[in-house]
Amino acid sequence: MESFLEIFDIYLLEAVLNGILLGGVLALLALGLNLIFGVIDVTWICYAELIMIGMYAMYYLYAVFGVPYWVAAPICILLVAWLGVLLHLLVIEPLLSAPPINQLLATGGVLFFLQSFATVAFGIDFRNIGIRLPVLALGDMNFSYARLLAFIASAVGMAAVYVFMKKTYTGTAIRAIAQDRQIMVLMGVDTRRIYIITSALGGSLAGLAACLLVLMYDVHPFIGLSIGPITFLICVLGGLGNFVGGFVASFLFAEIISMGGMFSDLEWGYVLAFAFFILMMFIRPAGLLARRS
Amino acid sequence: MKGGVRQRNTYAAWAVAAVALAAVPFVHSDPYHLHILILILIWSFAYTSWSMMGRFGLTSLGHGGFMGAGAYVTALLWNHLGITPWLGIPIALLCAAVLALIVGYPCFRFRITGHYFVLVTLALSGIVLQVITATRDYTGGSLGYTPEATKGSKLLALQSSDKVVWYLVALVVWALGLAIWTWVDRSMMRSAMEAISEDEDAAAAAGVNVTAEKLKITVLSAMMTAFAGAIYCQYQMFISPDTVSGIAVSLQMVFAAVVGGLYVALGPTVGAVITILMAEILRISFGTKAVGWDNLIYGVLLVLFIIFLPKGILGSFLERVRARR
Repeated sequence: MESFLEIFDIYLLEAVLNGILLGGVLALLALGLNLIFGVIDVTWICYAELIMIGMYAMYYLYAVFGVPYWVAAPICILLVAWLGVLLHLLVIEPLLSAPPINQLLATGGVLFFLQSFATVAFGIDFRNIGIRLPVLALGDMNFSYARLLAFIASAVGMAAVYVFMKKTYTGTAIRAIAQDRQIMVLMGVDTRRIYIITSALGGSLAGLAACLLVLMYDVHPFIGLSIGPITFLICVLGGLGNFVGGFVASFLFAEIISMGGMFSDLEWGYVLAFAFFILMMFIRPAGLLARRS
Repeated sequence: MKGGVRQRNTYAAWAVAAVALAAVPFVHSDPYHLHILILILIWSFAYTSWSMMGRFGLTSLGHGGFMGAGAYVTALLWNHLGITPWLGIPIALLCAAVLALIVGYPCFRFRITGHYFVLVTLALSGIVLQVITATRDYTGGSLGYTPEATKGSKLLALQSSDKVVWYLVALVVWALGLAIWTWVDRSMMRSAMEAISEDEDAAAAAGVNVTAEKLKITVLSAMMTAFAGAIYCQYQMFISPDTVSGIAVSLQMVFAAVVGGLYVALGPTVGAVITILMAEILRISFGTKAVGWDNLIYGVLLVLFIIFLPKGILGSFLERVRARR
């Protein structure tokens, strides 16, 4: 009985720690989406598909053309940032004064487009970049080195965004626009420029996520459908546009998935997380950290 | 007087159209063409169900969940408990209604609208998809599921290999969808819902019970969608999470309804005709090379439509006709 408890505790600790590592990656995903929502007030339903394109870019650069990983990563980040700007200029800008639902549906169209573009251009095979990172053994517990790396990289990425938002003039302007869209135009801020910069920033965060996710998962055209929904749920749970809320929600979600996955299949971890989400919508409809009005 | 004549003419036109549509399989009984027509009718019904909510600004990405519930509950009851679909379908509709209430009530009670509502309903289709995949011992998971072919009465099992029968069933179901759409369009519900979609506070101040009205239309729409799922399952005799559930199906509904026209009765039907014909034509002319191309075109079209023609093909067409009169 005693030995059973011991094993159980080790597994529990392993699941908790793995949950924290997963939470770091989810937080990075949520940050980009939250940024776009908070500043431009649109939801990029196709956000995860941008990540998918980034993962393909990494795959082709590294595994096919033999570009070193550390060179491929910045190229990938720039590419997805550019895609973000393109998405804003081609799809969002003509719809800025349309009902919000139309913007959301139009990015849904982009989702369809990117997914089938990937199917047509790259085929439906699962592709692996072929970097085998070792597994860290800590006592009796195992951690994936890729996850640890992703956790550190997301932490650095998030810190960089934080510094940018707090310390630079552009960052201040972005935060000001997020607070009041109308008044900032009168204050002489070029909203169009700010929107483009924000889209590029959101895109580059998706690019960074792609560089990290490609180390952990095979890339295929429908991978967006498995990472997209969870990212949206985290953002809503934390309160759309609320950066701190998104951060907290990421770790909550990651722990639920990790613990649920420990007791049963991984899918049940997801089911639990989704159910938790709907339950929270009853209790705190405006997000975890929202002040009650 | 004149109005009476016009109304009589309209009824006559509808009667002629109904007879003509019902006569199709007896004039032209090519099984492949009938198959396409049946699919168009069933999906039109599903898209119409979605547009019942969508036209009032309640954009749901959870309808894949309702459709999946309708299809899977009916098939599971039949295979595991031997309950006939005649009883199974009502139970499935009830399940969908309960699901709609569980998600809808907090949303409407706490005024969750816009982006939030879309994303909460997205969670619903995610949950249903994951539950179907996770319970693979019963549902077959992502490999799909087949209702067992009956050994006894085909009528009792609601199964038939005769395409003509299915065409007529699908036609009735589709007409039922249009009838419900028209009924809502003419009822007080429409005025209430339009007021709500314009301004919730003003509608509430004018004495509209916002939560109750939204719940009514949501439950109705969910049950219709579940019915579409069940009928689709009985016709195809094969369902998989990808074809009847999940986010892709939800987006497909949105796409067809928007392209056809959200605010007119036949809009979703036009959307279904366009999307299904396009997919079939691409499939026939390019074969397996066409995998992905249909969605590629859908995606571009959806973006273009929302930017340039937000009322859809039929909606914009009718508007132009009316303006000319």
